[in-house]
Amino acid sequence: MKRRRFIELGGLMLSSALLLACDSEGPRSARPALRAAEKWNEKVERALFRHRSMDRVAQGTQVTGSAFPKYYVSAKVPVWNEAVRGPWLLEMSGLVDHPLHLSLDDLQHLPTVTQRVNHYCVEGWTAVAEWTGVRVSELARRAAARPEAQYVDFVSFDDNYHESWDLASAMHPQTLVAYAMDGHFLGMGHGAPARVHSPIKLGYKCTKYLTKVVFMAERNGGYWSDQGYEWYGGT
Amino acid sequence: MAKRHHWIVRVTHWVNVIAFTIMVGSGLRIFNAYPAFARKGGDFCCYPFAHQAIPAWLTFGGWLGGARHWHFAAMWMLVLNGLVYLGFIYLHGEWRDLVPRHGDARDVLEMLKFYLFVRRDHPRQGKHNALQKLAYFTLPVAASLSVVTGLAIWKPVQFAPLTNLLGGYVWARYWHFVIMLLLVVLAVGHVFMVFTVDPYSLRSMITGGYDPALSPEERNARPFLNLLPRRHAEASQKDGAS
Repeated sequence: MKRRRFIELGGLMLSSALLLACDSEGPRSARPALRAAEKWNEKVERALFRHRSMDRVAQGTQVTGSAFPKYYVSAKVPVWNEAVRGPWLLEMSGLVDHPLHLSLDDLQHLPTVTQRVNHYCVEGWTAVAEWTGVRVSELARRAAARPEAQYVDFVSFDDNYHESWDLASAMHPQTLVAYAMDGHFLGMGHGAPARVHSPIKLGYKCTKYLTKVVFMAERNGGYWSDQGYEWYGGT
Repeated sequence: MAKRHHWIVRVTHWVNVIAFTIMVGSGLRIFNAYPAFARKGGDFCCYPFAHQAIPAWLTFGGWLGGARHWHFAAMWMLVLNGLVYLGFIYLHGEWRDLVPRHGDARDVLEMLKFYLFVRRDHPRQGKHNALQKLAYFTLPVAASLSVVTGLAIWKPVQFAPLTNLLGGYVWARYWHFVIMLLLVVLAVGHVFMVFTVDPYSLRSMITGGYDPALSPEERNARPFLNLLPRRHAEASQKDGAS
């Protein structure tokens, strides 16, 4: 009896120790289970999703301003070079009946929304900014997205950055193509001339330095999603 | 040899050890991506160790994305296992051994007095002493709160009313952390007491068997003291003298 207890106990302690093996990613054999859990969680998150669930900051909340972190994946801050690439235009394409090419001026003449909301970073921090832009749902309506479009890819000129979204999240009223932050046109570090911003997805899903919004029947991953972060990334 | 723990309690106990370990390790790795609570550009009153990473050996998951996958997988294990446990102790009646009753506060005090050598003899107890009851009642309550606070930071927009109830995202994240600390303190205390006061109870959590003659009450056991069983004659003589 004693020996059996010793073996049972030793086994348990050993497996716990291995499990915790100092900062490890855990056993490789667990990966299929982790992937299955991610799929399951996406189902749960999609079921929980409501278009009427809004992010609100308390009245009087100050914007984060200059402390709002800037980031991009290129070596240097991405700047749209008109001399090389011609004028910047936002392309609405893919499964749409009326593909659009919108200049910054065009965007400003569309129905505009200004919202003071949280920005939720996957790292755990939050920041507050007041974003001005056009709802993606408004752009989708104008481009006449087809019913078979179930996913939207937001493509950037920041290297090969892009992130694809489920249609429902893209059509949420707080999901914007934003061209201004805190009352000013986007700064170079914040995705100028336009970026996606939404409080309903984690920051890495909100493509900056936006060039294309592509409607698709299937998802096509994303810059961070392909590197192992959750594809859904909803809040 | 009396049967002490039903197999469902034993299985859920050890599954919980694994799930809880993964949750704490991966949670600390996630925390290390931003080991502070303040909103960017703001400050936070109540955490003195802001921007100091948790030592890597205490963390699990290897990197932020990996730790998140473990955290969001093991959370189901923790919740489902917890529901099985709570459902069982409810239906089987074991919850009666754990819920606080009138007079428990006094009994807790007596146990503390005993451990602090203010009182000589071990207070009478049922299945658990009053301190154990308090710990085993607090654990599932705190674990439930860790799930609720976790939901609030997992889905701060879809569960906005919950997140707001907890004081917003920053505070919800803080409460999640504080409850984790409480759970870790309880778990470490529990393991310490098992090994220093009642190592015989390990058997009862593995095979289910427990020898009442070896109970801490019978041995008058305090941490590190009277670990070995009393010899019967000696024990009865002492009992006679007292």
